Amino acid sequence: MSQMTATPLKKKKGISYAKWGYIFIAPFFIVYAIFSLYPLLSTFYYSLFEHYRSGLKVIGPYFVGLENYKALFTGGDLLKYAGNTFVIWIMGFIPQIIVSMLLAAWFTDLRLRIRAQGFFKTVIYMPNLIMATAFAMLFFTLFSIGGPMNDILIDLHIISQPIDFFARTGTTRGLIAAMNFLMWYGNTTILVMAGIMGIDPSLFEAAEIDGATSGQAFRKITLPLMRPILIYVMITSMIGGIQMFDVPQILTNGKGAPNATSTTLVMFLNNHLFSKNYGMGGALSVILFIISAALSVIVFFAFNYQSDKKGGN
Amino acid sequence: MAETLLAKKVKKEQKVIDWPLLLRRVLAYALLIILSILSLFAFYILFINATRAHPDIQKGFSFFPGRSLAVNWNSVITDKVLPVVKGIVNSFVVAGGCALVSTYFSAMTAYGIHAYTFKIKKQAFAFILLIMMVPTQVSALGFINLMFKMGLKNSFIPLIVPTIAAPITFFYMKQYMESALPLEIVEAARIDGSGEFFTFNRIIFPIMKPAIAVQAIFTFVSNWNNYFIPALLLEDQNKKTLPILIAQLRSADWLKFDMGKVYMLIAIAIFPVVIVYLMLSKFIVRGVALGSVKG
Amino acid sequence: MKKLLAICLVLALALSMAACGNTPASTAPVSTSEAAVSSEAAAPAEGKVLRIYCWNDEFQRRLTEFYPDYDDTAKTIGDVKVEWVMTPSDNNAYQNALDEALLNQATNAADEKIDLFLIEADYALKYTAADVDVAMDVVKDIGVTAADMAQQYQYTRDIVTDENGVQRGISWQGCPGVFIYRRSIAKDVLGTDDPVEVQETMANWDKFDETAATMAAKGYKMLGGYDDTYRTFSNNVSATWVNDKNEIVIDDAMMKWVDQTMEFTEKGYNAPNILWAPEWAATMGKDGKTFGYFGPAWFIDFVMAGNSMDVATADGGKAEAGNGAYGDYAACAGPAGYFWGGTWMCGATGSDNVSLIKDIMLKMCCDEATATGLTKSCNEFANNKKAMNAIAASDYGSAFLGGQNVIGAMAASADTIDMSKTSPYDQGLNEGFQTAFHDYFNGSVDKETALANFYKEAQVKYPELKIPA
Repeated sequence: MSQMTATPLKKKKGISYAKWGYIFIAPFFIVYAIFSLYPLLSTFYYSLFEHYRSGLKVIGPYFVGLENYKALFTGGDLLKYAGNTFVIWIMGFIPQIIVSMLLAAWFTDLRLRIRAQGFFKTVIYMPNLIMATAFAMLFFTLFSIGGPMNDILIDLHIISQPIDFFARTGTTRGLIAAMNFLMWYGNTTILVMAGIMGIDPSLFEAAEIDGATSGQAFRKITLPLMRPILIYVMITSMIGGIQMFDVPQILTNGKGAPNATSTTLVMFLNNHLFSKNYGMGGALSVILFIISAALSVIVFFAFNYQSDKKGGN
Repeated sequence: MAETLLAKKVKKEQKVIDWPLLLRRVLAYALLIILSILSLFAFYILFINATRAHPDIQKGFSFFPGRSLAVNWNSVITDKVLPVVKGIVNSFVVAGGCALVSTYFSAMTAYGIHAYTFKIKKQAFAFILLIMMVPTQVSALGFINLMFKMGLKNSFIPLIVPTIAAPITFFYMKQYMESALPLEIVEAARIDGSGEFFTFNRIIFPIMKPAIAVQAIFTFVSNWNNYFIPALLLEDQNKKTLPILIAQLRSADWLKFDMGKVYMLIAIAIFPVVIVYLMLSKFIVRGVALGSVKG
Repeated sequence: MKKLLAICLVLALALSMAACGNTPASTAPVSTSEAAVSSEAAAPAEGKVLRIYCWNDEFQRRLTEFYPDYDDTAKTIGDVKVEWVMTPSDNNAYQNALDEALLNQATNAADEKIDLFLIEADYALKYTAADVDVAMDVVKDIGVTAADMAQQYQYTRDIVTDENGVQRGISWQGCPGVFIYRRSIAKDVLGTDDPVEVQETMANWDKFDETAATMAAKGYKMLGGYDDTYRTFSNNVSATWVNDKNEIVIDDAMMKWVDQTMEFTEKGYNAPNILWAPEWAATMGKDGKTFGYFGPAWFIDFVMAGNSMDVATADGGKAEAGNGAYGDYAACAGPAGYFWGGTWMCGATGSDNVSLIKDIMLKMCCDEATATGLTKSCNEFANNKKAMNAIAASDYGSAFLGGQNVIGAMAASADTIDMSKTSPYDQGLNEGFQTAFHDYFNGSVDKETALANFYKEAQVKYPELKIPA
């Protein structure tokens, strides 16, 4: 926030450019108001109602106050699903951010001089081009009881009996995280690299001449200048994590098996959509929204706080 | 430039073998090669499966191609109720349209908030950040209802136009402008007598190219693969996009259920998106940003 | 490197486009140059558009083949235009689309109204319930008489009959199931592969369990997976899933499935697979050690036949004995009658094409010649007793079943199916019950937890349902 207000254009020679601000942001808000605001507000509104379909019969809307929220919290499963979501997200996010930063650092490291960079940079994003459904189908057959992964592990004498990967909590979550990682690490790397490319290359050259090590250059030049992009990566990845849906949905066939230990919050939400349950679904959305907003605000201010301190130096 | 090259060369000659550097290089290549194999493996297996017969695929996994490439190909393109070519065209229109309007208007919105001072600027920014966090799933049904009421069934408008208001793309553009767009450029343009729209279209937009390429790819790919909303909106067989056609094949009755055909259609559906990606990815890979602002 | 990759891909795409362009337009169906519409269809008040909601092109192909007035190239029946609205069933998209359309049926313009829609057994009651009234009474509103439907199997009518006894849908097919076993294993263990004698060894569940033990003693598996017997129990319940107090009632038959499957799993009588898993499909081949599977006609011809072969037909293999386990199978009725699959059609309330709908229903579902054709050219079990009995008595035989004529066994099974105990919740509850207990079978949770998980999921799907105290 501080950055945004730090360097706005001042009025020049009495001409006000304020109207241009409104003009430039107008399309966004007009389109949003027409296409998204109404469904969104109705989502929030109906969270206070009992409103669903029983077959083709529409039940409600009957005003119930905060009953839906109460039911979600006392049902006991909300926290479990939140926990599942968090664990699976962390399992995928940590390797993802480490690998992405590492790759980005290597690609921009002048001393390392990675060859065939164009090829590597191009290839890493490619898993994202495949539809999640198709990707999951492949994962299924790869890791099924009679699949090649079990054959390989048995041949290597790592295991003696085939493992049913999708019947165990750890392996199921691991596979979801692995698939998430594979689908999204390229995306993160591209974002990080795009950030790095906005940095003046002469800064790196100067640093190299000054005898800075690669690590020093990365910490002193790359990281600080990339802060806005890193905030973006953190926040969008978190929102993506909280909204994690298609990979676990498809990989567990919508069941979050075993024992609902891989059911994420949005899978839970999706189950409510089966009966068009605007009440419970709306309440769950509001909760998701509050969690996302809180986490994003924390990340945003944590990063900007650091920047203020640095700015002072 | 020549100086730095010289400096590098001198350095290189001074240290005959830099062991830590060599180690890091080996490590980097090892990881890159492993990741590349993992990333391309899925493509390999998809295309392998597109060459295999249905019962073969049912019985499990294979690393080697089958003999049904031509059979699968023919069963996809001779299927009367499966307008594959139209599906590709429709997907292109939708995904391309989304990528175009979404990146242009997001950049515009971001520029409006980044470069101007006006009263509700802070509130506008905060509002967009807030709506970014709304999960898309629940408002989906309300959205479909609304579109039906507006008579937009079988239209691409509800798929393309709403992406003008893409909070995540906006947020990225905004962050990118913060790290790569000094406002002095805008000032300079004004002094030269450039109009505000001209400045945005001719000066700012080119500077934003890498960011736009990145978000264009993301938007294109996610809309190319989008199933949930299009499946509910498009019921005219000639308006359907590829993911709907794939899902339709997957819900075929047993008389016709053919995984070889499904994989073939998936393979066909992947080609165009790979091409678009390879075309746009040059912006990312070469880094056209360099020099434009700070050179 | 990247450029090369790009060029290859562009080339491949260009080629594929060219190939598409060169494909000759698929041959038009032979039907209707003389557009002889039946007299009812030409009645003056009829609408000019027939809108059909479906999730795949099965019915379209059937209509093309067996309804002579339908022209699939022009998509017309006489001067009525046929509009196919095909929404895939993935992620419940079909029912979502159908629901929206039906709820707006009253306000839509005449040509926008649904005229005909297709449904499946598991959720039939959602659309045929009396109080929602979205499907027309087949007899009173549409005019198909009881005599027209006299040859239909009773269960196919029960499934689409509402709580007041009004039939609101009709089907052209039946899907009675049988038990399909490996002849060579039967000879090895039971000393015979004759369907009558094999049926003796599994005439009821006690005998079935005994035979399973004998199989296991010789190193064979009685069944291919957890779900194989599910329908034989869920089709034979004593009461509906939900009682009149909106409480979920778990029938004894359902718990029998749980206990039997757990016993089989613990004793190694079955392979620990889920339906449709690759391992499950692979057990049908030559090296499979599994004795048998439960399935209807389509399952035999379009799942088992393909899975049994070493070399797929698409790869040049022949559908003949000697290609894997092809021809090494036979079928008997099994311990309990059941069905699996099937599509029903309903005339939508508010349609302006009632007499055309009637004509389609009569020709597709009540016509003996159509029924015979469905079996002979599509390998379906048609919904017509007379036609099926005639085929059962003929020399019709299946090469996959070693020449056996299985229609008779299926017809016998179809007669015993009792589907009067259905509820609108069957789809969600049956799916949920199977999934919840997979965790129990594979050892992840105990029985109580599996049951609790089932209840929880059921209540999310159907908020109005209660758990009995």
